[in-house]
Amino acid sequence: MSWQIGTVTWINGPVVRARGSRQVSMLEVVEVGDEHLVGEVIGLEGDIITIQVYEETSGMRPGAPVYGTGMPLSVELGPGLLRSIFDGIQRPLPVLEMRSGSFIGRGVHLTPLYRKDRWQFTPRVKAGDYVTGGSILGTVPETPALEHRVLVPPDLEGTLTWVAPAGEYTIDEPIARLRTENGEQELTMLQRWPVRRPRPYRSRLAPAEPLITGQRVLDTFFPLAKGGAAAIPGGFGAGKTVAQHQIAKWADAQVVVYIGCGERGNEMTEVLQEFPELVDPRSGRPLMERTVLIANTSNMPVAAREASIYTGITIAEYYRDMGYHVALMADSTSRWAEALREISGRLEEMPAEEGYPAYLAARLAEFYERAGYVETLNGERGSVSIIGAVSPPGGDFSEPVTQHTKRFIRCFWALDKALASARHFPSVNWLESYSEYVDDMADWWREQVERDWQTMRGQAMTILTEESRLERIVKLVGPDALPDEQRLILETARLLREGFLQQSALDEVDAYSPVQKQIRMLDLILHFHQRAQRIIKRGALIVMIHDLPVVNKLMRMKTLVANDQLEKLDDIRRELDEQMDQLEAEYR
Amino acid sequence: MSEFIDRGGQEVIGVARVEGPIVVVDGAGSVGYDEVVEVFDSRGRVRRGRVLEVGEDVAVVEVFAGTTGLSIDDTRVRFLGQPLRIPVTEEMLGRIFDGMGTPIDGGPEPLADHYADINGQPINPTARVYPRDYIQTGISAIDGMNTLVMGQKLPIFSGSGLPHDQLAAQIVRQATLGAPVGETPTQAAEFVIVFAAMGVKHDVAAYFRDSFAESGALTRVAMFLNLADDPPVERLVTPRVALTLAEYLAFERQMHVLVILTDMTNYCEALRQISNIRGEVPSRKGYPGYLYSDLASIYERTGRIKTSKGSITQLPILTMPNDDITHPVPDLTGYITEGQIVLSRDLAYQGIYPPIAVLPSLSRLMKDGIGEGRTRADHSHLSAQLYASYAHVQDVRALASVIGEEELSTVDRQYLEFGRAFEQEFVNQGPTENRTIEETLNIGWRLLSILPPEELTRVSPDEIQQYYRK
Repeated sequence: MSWQIGTVTWINGPVVRARGSRQVSMLEVVEVGDEHLVGEVIGLEGDIITIQVYEETSGMRPGAPVYGTGMPLSVELGPGLLRSIFDGIQRPLPVLEMRSGSFIGRGVHLTPLYRKDRWQFTPRVKAGDYVTGGSILGTVPETPALEHRVLVPPDLEGTLTWVAPAGEYTIDEPIARLRTENGEQELTMLQRWPVRRPRPYRSRLAPAEPLITGQRVLDTFFPLAKGGAAAIPGGFGAGKTVAQHQIAKWADAQVVVYIGCGERGNEMTEVLQEFPELVDPRSGRPLMERTVLIANTSNMPVAAREASIYTGITIAEYYRDMGYHVALMADSTSRWAEALREISGRLEEMPAEEGYPAYLAARLAEFYERAGYVETLNGERGSVSIIGAVSPPGGDFSEPVTQHTKRFIRCFWALDKALASARHFPSVNWLESYSEYVDDMADWWREQVERDWQTMRGQAMTILTEESRLERIVKLVGPDALPDEQRLILETARLLREGFLQQSALDEVDAYSPVQKQIRMLDLILHFHQRAQRIIKRGALIVMIHDLPVVNKLMRMKTLVANDQLEKLDDIRRELDEQMDQLEAEYR
Repeated sequence: MSEFIDRGGQEVIGVARVEGPIVVVDGAGSVGYDEVVEVFDSRGRVRRGRVLEVGEDVAVVEVFAGTTGLSIDDTRVRFLGQPLRIPVTEEMLGRIFDGMGTPIDGGPEPLADHYADINGQPINPTARVYPRDYIQTGISAIDGMNTLVMGQKLPIFSGSGLPHDQLAAQIVRQATLGAPVGETPTQAAEFVIVFAAMGVKHDVAAYFRDSFAESGALTRVAMFLNLADDPPVERLVTPRVALTLAEYLAFERQMHVLVILTDMTNYCEALRQISNIRGEVPSRKGYPGYLYSDLASIYERTGRIKTSKGSITQLPILTMPNDDITHPVPDLTGYITEGQIVLSRDLAYQGIYPPIAVLPSLSRLMKDGIGEGRTRADHSHLSAQLYASYAHVQDVRALASVIGEEELSTVDRQYLEFGRAFEQEFVNQGPTENRTIEETLNIGWRLLSILPPEELTRVSPDEIQQYYRK
């Protein structure tokens, strides 16, 4: 498989230079030293080859051999990806654990997908059919939650000369033979794809439906479209990871790819222990059955951290091409950017802002542009939505990674340290966040819940914006100085904040809020506001409104009303009307 | 010119360049990246160093004890052909070492079968056990609001002049494996302590030693001391040496290890110094771009694994320069660790001990370490309520400072009273006061009862029924 192409001349952490062949190509995978540590060619100058190594280089010496593979950095695609956890260069971590124990050893070469599993393959084509890239050859029940569609690799087309009958096959057994212009070729369920090259599709479609996350502040206020890109920036402790986990758990995607990029080991362990236990509210199956995890924790080699993002997005695109909706979480893109910076620094490249290389923005753009709602090569519809966490130093959003990211995403969920300190979670700041998908999503909501979501959302936003203006006055003169109409705005805004926006990830009922519940809760709060406004105009005092027993109910309805008993919201509405009627009667 | 002599380890006489703690050696043959070297000055005195960068016949070496007295021609450098390793054995408990792991208590070198690479190796996430067993520290602001879990890394963010040392010493004295309310804590889990000092003053090291001695813990403590007047470059090694021992004790000897690292700010400054001399591109405030990865290679050496009953819990201490939590050192630390305990100068001025600023503090692993069967069923709601109410107190205080307390509404005045009581009775406690988890939770409820029950929206009506007392 590999042959010597040169010898090491210089070593500085993950960056190694070698002298040797001029036939090595840029971004080719090479193996360095006697341990065959995996690396990638990142620079060529004359006969000097610059390599980033994906493993610790401690102890390596000049003179060590470098071997070429002739292949760019690629991932293996096929049944068996779901339920797996890989490192940044797609080594399966459980197998690595069996091989090298609790600590990650060096130079361990593993195939990403297990070769011996037999998968039940059912063909959908027959010999003689003419197929093109992306055509479905057959299906495999990869997990009870997902049917894996075996596709013709994107760059092939031709006439099938043989198709395997239904039955059990391993991923490297042939399941079809294809006669192409360049001769006959065997197809297996296993494919490889270079991670840095986006997988092709037929055309891009406009985003038209939201990625429902069950998180009220996101779905109702700042929706992300399927195929869209969102960023979650926030200082440490603002709740980025919990937010990412919540989305990974509850998003209505058929496949979730979760990339732990330069983050904590314990967090990945938490996901590993929790996801097999949690049940997807839509399929009724364990969440793990639709999940692929990529873990490159902060103490794992930095170059592999850089690769992990590409490994993840390529797997996501693969499932998209089968016609599925895929949600990809990257926690955190800042660590990925820092990996770029670290490698760039060791190459002694000229830095741009804060030491980051000048190509930071270009790399971010390439990554986020791999999100999209597309018509696949076989005419199906699929999407990849990207949700990238950003960890700005000091929580300061003016830093380069946040600023460049903002240029390439359309949904910005700004997490706020002050809200987090008050344990208001998710700590999405409603004044700083935005979604450019709001207009695109209005039709979907109208069809789904038969309400004018956009108008209601607008009304609620007005109340919240007005509250922040009034709060500034209150800070100077106290709330008593405000007229009661304005104090009602504060009261309703409090209901919105505590009763609607706040959502507990730990509460059994509240962790996930279906859209029907979201819109009806919002409707109730707005209804409360309108009725209270009328009564106050007639001269009632704000304290009377504040003291209505139903206010406490509104505050707690998120946990009191189970997701399958939404009719209870009607009871609360009746109660609200009764109490308001009574009060109104006094002020006729 | 340098001259090459083959004598066991490869040896080179004469160096090409000396700058700060860095020595550049020409004419070395095959040198390994990250290997250890011995550097001899003209009088034959030895100091150790480490290879930072290698080319075909050039090696860049950092010398731990500094380069004072080294000359171009008379310096000899011997390359030992392997990364830095230290002996690890249980006998190291009860001993005192310098920052490189050499005994300085007058005792003999520890006898060990095991030698371990100080850089360690990353733990495979699939081999980890998610930490869920809480540690009772006896300190309400921690146990009640920011519960520490065995296998967690929870730093103390402090400032110069604040009592972080006392707090760490108190935690070491009082820490026991927690038990649910109503059950007696198991004494079985006794912690051993690995203490690493980086650039701290002699007094501070002495304080910890005395405090360990007083509580009778000295026999289960291993101390690694790199003091303020020791060479800064050694500081880069000290935490790694300490954690290498901790990993051995926790994962090979099945012990529960509490690691205290103080002061991480000094560590980072040493790192910046080296980076600067090497002419690396700086990122924020002159710190190198790899500060995050470097800190992670220390902090991530914490946790539990499936193959051992033991655990490593880290309590790093760092002083925030100018009390600035956005400074790169606390900032990057906070991104790696599982929360932080923040000390406040304001509270300290008011005579409150421990002056833990509850709002910016956080324990990320708390959610899975508390509740029914672990502490008490109401713990999670109670702490959320205390947070929310205390956060509101800050708004009321800001308002009161403008319009005066008399102008506040009745409820807001109750909030002020709650805020005062929370600081004085919940956060504040004696340096030797060891509260049970039940006491802590009950104080919390007693204080919440100052507020009207309608204000308590984070706790359930049933919990109000059970614990709220007017």
